[in-house]
Amino acid sequence: MCGATKGGLSLDGVDVAKEAIIQGQVVRGGEPVENAYVRLLDRTGEFTAEVPTSATGHFRFFAGPGEWTLRTLAPKAEPVDEKVTAATGVVAEVTVSI
Amino acid sequence: MSRETTLVNADWVEEHLDDPTVVLIEVDEDTTAYDKGHIRGAIKLDWTTDLQDQVRRDFVNKEQFEALLSGRGVGNDHTVVLYGGNNNWFAAYAYWYFKLYGHDDVKLLDGGRKKWELDSRELTDVAPTREKTSYTAKEQDLSIRAFRDEVVAAIGAQNLVDVRSPDEYAGRLLAPAHLPQEQAQRAGHIPTAANVPWSKAANDDGTFRSDDELKEIYTEAGVDWSKDTIAYCRIGERSSHTWFVLKELLGEENVKNYDGSWTEYGSLVGVPVALGDEAGEA
Repeated sequence: MCGATKGGLSLDGVDVAKEAIIQGQVVRGGEPVENAYVRLLDRTGEFTAEVPTSATGHFRFFAGPGEWTLRTLAPKAEPVDEKVTAATGVVAEVTVSI
Repeated sequence: MSRETTLVNADWVEEHLDDPTVVLIEVDEDTTAYDKGHIRGAIKLDWTTDLQDQVRRDFVNKEQFEALLSGRGVGNDHTVVLYGGNNNWFAAYAYWYFKLYGHDDVKLLDGGRKKWELDSRELTDVAPTREKTSYTAKEQDLSIRAFRDEVVAAIGAQNLVDVRSPDEYAGRLLAPAHLPQEQAQRAGHIPTAANVPWSKAANDDGTFRSDDELKEIYTEAGVDWSKDTIAYCRIGERSSHTWFVLKELLGEENVKNYDGSWTEYGSLVGVPVALGDEAGEA
């Protein structure tokens, strides 16, 4: 994918030092899943945001520092939960297998 | 209002794909989602260009709305069915917008684009062509739109429902977590506002919860059903979703959406702001 970086989505124009970024890719049998939905749940399990995956299966959140859960929904798959820790100035990379 | 008149499900949409009295409209936060694939026959409205004045911070005016719908082939007699991603977040905003300008028959596809996709239903990238119409909008129905002075007056007097995530409400985040946190205004919430994240109203697949579940969620959060209600979020879109729930699904009488929302309120000079997880005092 043109301009792809690690994590798949360009961080051009984003001040990474100020953000607590969670990003990654959804895969099924090693192949990217482009029509999945990834939800970000806070430390109490409350929904905070949701994004559809890109054509290469990638997603990104600008979270706050702390504990989060990624819940991934995709056609013909059970929801998958992954715990992730975010910290300001750090890009947390997550691969979700469905 | 009730869900029989304001919601349709995916089966209904599939049965009406060729119904000339129905116009399907996709409205997404990601304005490119439609181009990658949409329900057959659906047209697209872009919330950033079609539904916002491009100079002032306001909606398009009556004449602009009329020109928009006429050009896209939407008539006054059409049944408009809106759908979109993210639990119909922006589709609900467009629903409220159609109601603001007095469109008679408008509905949401329950679950929106996500449920449609999770069901593996058909999407196409072919854009339809529609004949132009001559659309006539009504004057804005201000019984469903709140402005800042009303919001300040509602502190401690009416239900204020802050539908942002708990971290935005408390002031720990300034924007939804999939957007860069770069807004300059103050963080926090309007004192006395209850925090009921808009997403509580939806199941994981984007469909609305049952009326009983919805009523319980807002009651538990402290909504007083004998009072009028104003919902707000950051820019007025998520709160359209909650407005839809309270007004159109639960049938509450006086519910307004404050479209100025936190980006306006959090930048006002001299208004009270509460920080933290508690609602705060009037």
